[in-house]
Amino acid sequence: MEHTGAEIFVKSLLKQGADLIFGYPGGVVLPIYDELFKTPKLRHILVRHEQGAVHMADGFARASGKPGVALVTSGPGATNTVTGIATAYMDSIPIVVFTGQVPTGLIGNDAFQEADIVGITRPCVKHSYLVRDVKDLANTIAEAFYIATTGRPGPVLVDLPKDVLLAKTRFEYPEKVEMRSYRPTTVANKRQIDRLAAALEEAKRPVLYVGGGMILTNAAAELKKLARAIHAPVTMTLMGLGSFPSLDDLCLGMLGMHGTYRANMAVTHTDLIVALGARFDDRVTGKLDEFAPNAKVAHVDVDPTAISKNVTAHIPVVGDLKDAMKKLNAVIAESKVDWKTKHKPWLDQIDEWKHANKLEYVKKTKVIKPQFVIEEIDRVTGGDAIFATEVGQNQMWAAQYLTLKNPRTFLTSGGLGTMGYGFPAAIGAQAAFPDKVVFDIAGDGSIQMNIQELGTAVQQRLPVIIAILNNGFLGMVRQWQQLFHGNRYSYTCMESQPDFVKLAEAYGALGIRATLPEEVGPALERAIAARRPTIIDFVVDREENVYPMVPAGSPINKMLLA
Amino acid sequence: MRHTISVLVENKFGVLSRVSGLFSGRGFNIESLSVAPTLDQTTSRMTIITRGDDAIIEQITKQLNKLIDVIKVIDFSEEDFIERGIVLVKVNSEPNNRAEILRMTEIFRGKVVDVSPKTYTIEVTGAEEKVSAFVEMIKPLGIIEIARSGKIAMSRGKKTLG
Repeated sequence: MEHTGAEIFVKSLLKQGADLIFGYPGGVVLPIYDELFKTPKLRHILVRHEQGAVHMADGFARASGKPGVALVTSGPGATNTVTGIATAYMDSIPIVVFTGQVPTGLIGNDAFQEADIVGITRPCVKHSYLVRDVKDLANTIAEAFYIATTGRPGPVLVDLPKDVLLAKTRFEYPEKVEMRSYRPTTVANKRQIDRLAAALEEAKRPVLYVGGGMILTNAAAELKKLARAIHAPVTMTLMGLGSFPSLDDLCLGMLGMHGTYRANMAVTHTDLIVALGARFDDRVTGKLDEFAPNAKVAHVDVDPTAISKNVTAHIPVVGDLKDAMKKLNAVIAESKVDWKTKHKPWLDQIDEWKHANKLEYVKKTKVIKPQFVIEEIDRVTGGDAIFATEVGQNQMWAAQYLTLKNPRTFLTSGGLGTMGYGFPAAIGAQAAFPDKVVFDIAGDGSIQMNIQELGTAVQQRLPVIIAILNNGFLGMVRQWQQLFHGNRYSYTCMESQPDFVKLAEAYGALGIRATLPEEVGPALERAIAARRPTIIDFVVDREENVYPMVPAGSPINKMLLA
Repeated sequence: MRHTISVLVENKFGVLSRVSGLFSGRGFNIESLSVAPTLDQTTSRMTIITRGDDAIIEQITKQLNKLIDVIKVIDFSEEDFIERGIVLVKVNSEPNNRAEILRMTEIFRGKVVDVSPKTYTIEVTGAEEKVSAFVEMIKPLGIIEIARSGKIAMSRGKKTLG
């Protein structure tokens, strides 16, 4: 029996176990939408802007560990996905984005709603396809999911011309994908693991430097086992947050530009930095020449291009991080070293740094400090929630003050730094976990970049809580202007703001405002109890800064502390 | 340092733009590039001449390998290999320089591939240095047009790319 391309699309997704699409219909994808109408078990969430669809697929993937799926039409529908795709690419998030395309005969003709989306997105996808024959469709979809989810994960784009969706062929979905040109290394070399274990035995001041790879490979339990077995401190990148409990004695918190004092001091003084699924981003290293100057570097990553790109690795280990962690833990279990005694002086030193400078701010009674809002969110939820963030001060305070316990609970645009990411990502996470409490920690600037998705949240009854730290500024840019541009606040003040409470109500959501510190807790409790989409407008201290801060281009032990 | 890199790729739509885009997007330099299908019509062979220090060349080969459509990458600089390019040169042929043009062509083992009352078109193949030397020698005789190919390369002995 023959099926149309549109039928094959739907059947392939179901075969793939992808039962949720974030999408927006349009001319050339009408054949698919007609099939979706007939296939209720393939759930579709109608977004308000295609960028939102891709961020939702991304948030769904980060929270659930399953690949996210977005579906949009050609032309503007496709071009609107670019920021979402680039965001997922920079953070290695497995998503598959399906774009409609004009019929193959019209491609290149400047047809109505035509865009060369494969060309436009080429530098920000892991891979992309333009399907030109319906016979290739099922195979292409299987390959797209395979590529998105294996090796170093990432976004894959599949462009679907309308005539391919209407053409017919037999449906056969491949049981297994094999590609001669794509065989990611999945197994870590045992000899390199032995070298890494030997380096750990020799080191006096080791640091485990953990990135997003630990979350992507679901290896957090192995990390706990390793850190506790060898009594080694753990610092995390923004992307790694959640992979090690914030309140663990061995946890140093985040490192880098807005990292903790003890994390940045520890990395500066370490003699062995063990990078686990991290990539030595410039926001982590600061001035590269003075980064970890006395350290031997071991680097475990599934992507060979990440190794020795910014920092030369003395012990490179290419392979799946979970596999590497398991093997390393097995070798460590055989070790005769008394790790606790060996690392005591080092942990004592770190403890001194911990007491020398803690994350803190001056509490006020009449004005809400943004850090206090994060602390209250942390207290009220007991950490049992999923937190998405926007980008800027809100993101950094969330990274600093939330006490995360579990991986996949902190969703943030680390690499691209996409304002407008958090809210749709939170919707995607909420769609994956309808019963969990999901927050978007936002600023008044970034929330306005994808505020239209309130319509999506209300229509789908997804009770995301948006906590706006409203300072009336593009706060992080203003902070840089204050510190590095002589207080010249050039176009960082949004003098006209919507009334966020009324805005929420206009969409059919709940709106709450808090202007005094004592209102913060009750506002949060009310929002959580409401179980409906909510905006809480926290009117906060306007010119609070994020500290510690390493000025761009400085070594990371040269921190501005207040 | 100059490196000659051969890349075996899937002979698919858009693969050239993926490779060239990788170079431009990451700020790597391409001196020349040539591409054509191999005996197996499903694969193509690219030869890229690039420059960079060891760290850059390492990134180039790793990044090329990371492209989904790339099957294999060889950097020839570490081994003995053959490199060839071709040039077509159209020169003014005057009664007083025809003998000189022919002599040069013979010295470089080139061929005159087209003759008209006013022009000779000469083909020379060889390694980079030879082709460049020929162009330099013929320049004073009046080059009207020049077309030079990217280089192709192959290991000496039994070793192969595919």
